[in-house]
Amino acid sequence: MAETAIKKTKRQELDEGGMGYLQSLPRRVVTVYLPLLVFVIVLLFPFYWMTITAIKPNLEMTDYANFNPLWVVHPTFEHIRYLLFDTSYPGWLLNTIIISTAATFLSLLAAVFAAYAIERLRFSGARPVGLAIFLAYLVPPSILFIPLSVMVFNLGLYDTPFALILTYPTFLVPFCTWLLMGYFRSIPFELEECALIDGASRWQILIKIVLPLSVPGLISAGIFAFTLSWNEFIYALTFIQSSENKTVPVGVLTELVRSDVYEWGALMAGALIGSLPVVVLYSFFVEHYVSSMTGAVKE
Amino acid sequence: MAVSSAAVQPRPSILSRSLSLLADSRNALGFGFMLPAAALLLVFLTYPLGLGIWLGFTDARIGRPGIFIGIENYQYLSEDAVFWLSVFNTLLYTISASILKFALGLWLALILNQNLPFKSFFRAIVLLPWVVPTVLSAIAFWWIYDSQFSILSWALIEMGLIDHRINFLGDPVNARASVIAANIWRGIPFVAITLLAGLQTIPQSLYEAATLDGASRWQLFRFVTLPLLTPIIAITMTFSVLFTFTDFQLIYVLTRGGPVNATHLMATLSFQRGISGGQLGEGAAIAVAMIPFLLAAILFSYFGLQRRKWQQGGGD
Repeated sequence: MAETAIKKTKRQELDEGGMGYLQSLPRRVVTVYLPLLVFVIVLLFPFYWMTITAIKPNLEMTDYANFNPLWVVHPTFEHIRYLLFDTSYPGWLLNTIIISTAATFLSLLAAVFAAYAIERLRFSGARPVGLAIFLAYLVPPSILFIPLSVMVFNLGLYDTPFALILTYPTFLVPFCTWLLMGYFRSIPFELEECALIDGASRWQILIKIVLPLSVPGLISAGIFAFTLSWNEFIYALTFIQSSENKTVPVGVLTELVRSDVYEWGALMAGALIGSLPVVVLYSFFVEHYVSSMTGAVKE
Repeated sequence: MAVSSAAVQPRPSILSRSLSLLADSRNALGFGFMLPAAALLLVFLTYPLGLGIWLGFTDARIGRPGIFIGIENYQYLSEDAVFWLSVFNTLLYTISASILKFALGLWLALILNQNLPFKSFFRAIVLLPWVVPTVLSAIAFWWIYDSQFSILSWALIEMGLIDHRINFLGDPVNARASVIAANIWRGIPFVAITLLAGLQTIPQSLYEAATLDGASRWQLFRFVTLPLLTPIIAITMTFSVLFTFTDFQLIYVLTRGGPVNATHLMATLSFQRGISGGQLGEGAAIAVAMIPFLLAAILFSYFGLQRRKWQQGGGD
């Protein structure tokens, strides 16, 4: 499905904007370029503001009379140094990486089998199960965190990374399964039938035929899952107590904000560095990302 | 030795025979393949969902399992002005943010669908607000909305539009508008990119035919684009409404429900009462009160999908 989606966009790029040439340049400036410029500025400004604050000395940050706030005269790495060496930030980064990776891996593993079973084994009741998985995706964490916190506490997982590794799959598995079902659907049945005739078992088919063909799907499901776990907040806020076990979003918000002194420079540096990994990951696979996102919705 | 090995010998063959029998049965194999996902979801999703509904009927507190008290929590909430305020806030937040997200997202999608230079570059950067962790971008908004050093106040004062700083998060009306604006900022990319995908499936020939028939630009949009886009709009907006309705992070970072509960959403109130206040039962009851709204959104999505099938000429 991803392949076809990409091909489709390629083909459509040719006749996209088909009659656009009929518009005169001044008209296009007003109807297209100006609004686009405004959108891009508004959408990107918070990131610019985050970056510029992160490298601004405290003096310039609060003195708007003598310094233009939109620019920085004496850039400093003091906030970033403080963040990396005087706070638990590196620990939070490490926690987030470990938790996101483990949760992603666990969810992908479960999702691959589930998606293959629903889409290709077609066991009796596969359709209702597929629908149930879709509905599971619609259950928001905001209504689950209270009972989950009771469970996590009773299971003795409170304040451990396992509390998050085991609960993140509640939203990752439905999502990955849904996405992978779309990918598996695009693999021709004939390939599997040939392998069956040659005596391959279902397991061999999955490992040697279906999985290698769905590597793009696995990559985008993995990136999505990793990003979603990296961004998760409410479970991490509820299930983790001690500073050294926190994830980046929770740590930045709860530990860097002291009672009345806001360390804006360090806060912005924390937000910036915490965003970088997902942005970098995303920029590498942006084509995958867009096409699988749109593809998943289209299916 | 010899006796025991002879006795053991036939067993593996029965085992392997029954194993291969199992491997041939799609139901048994399907069950096995579904097991990891089903176990995870049943234990950590279905069970807590039921547990949450049960907790709503108890007076559980942190560190103390509650006893069944019937609908007392709901009776209490129905007389609680803060709860009703949070319902009102949630509806206001969801409806106004969703409408604006839809309008602006559709506009951006229509712009991105034009023949632009650096098109893929624009598409990539437009998605950024959606990729970055909400909490971290919300912290940036917190700083943008700072009462003393807000860059927005500064810019407006410099332009001569206002003469004093705006108290973005300290005043009930301003605070509501500010959190809605931040939510729209974060939601536009998702709406725009999914609608863009929908726009790209509309064949150009339809526009050419309509133009030959003398359709104006507005008519092109109203009678060609919009009807063909309706199914994907239904799905996108259902998701958008669902996630806006259950939003927690943005409010928690920006206002924690204040000033005077003016921005408390049901999710943040549930957290405040259930986790911070320790009244698990009451918090769970507030969370359960969100379910009817969510069901309505899901039904809406379901009928959106039905309509799509019908439009494609399929049965059902």
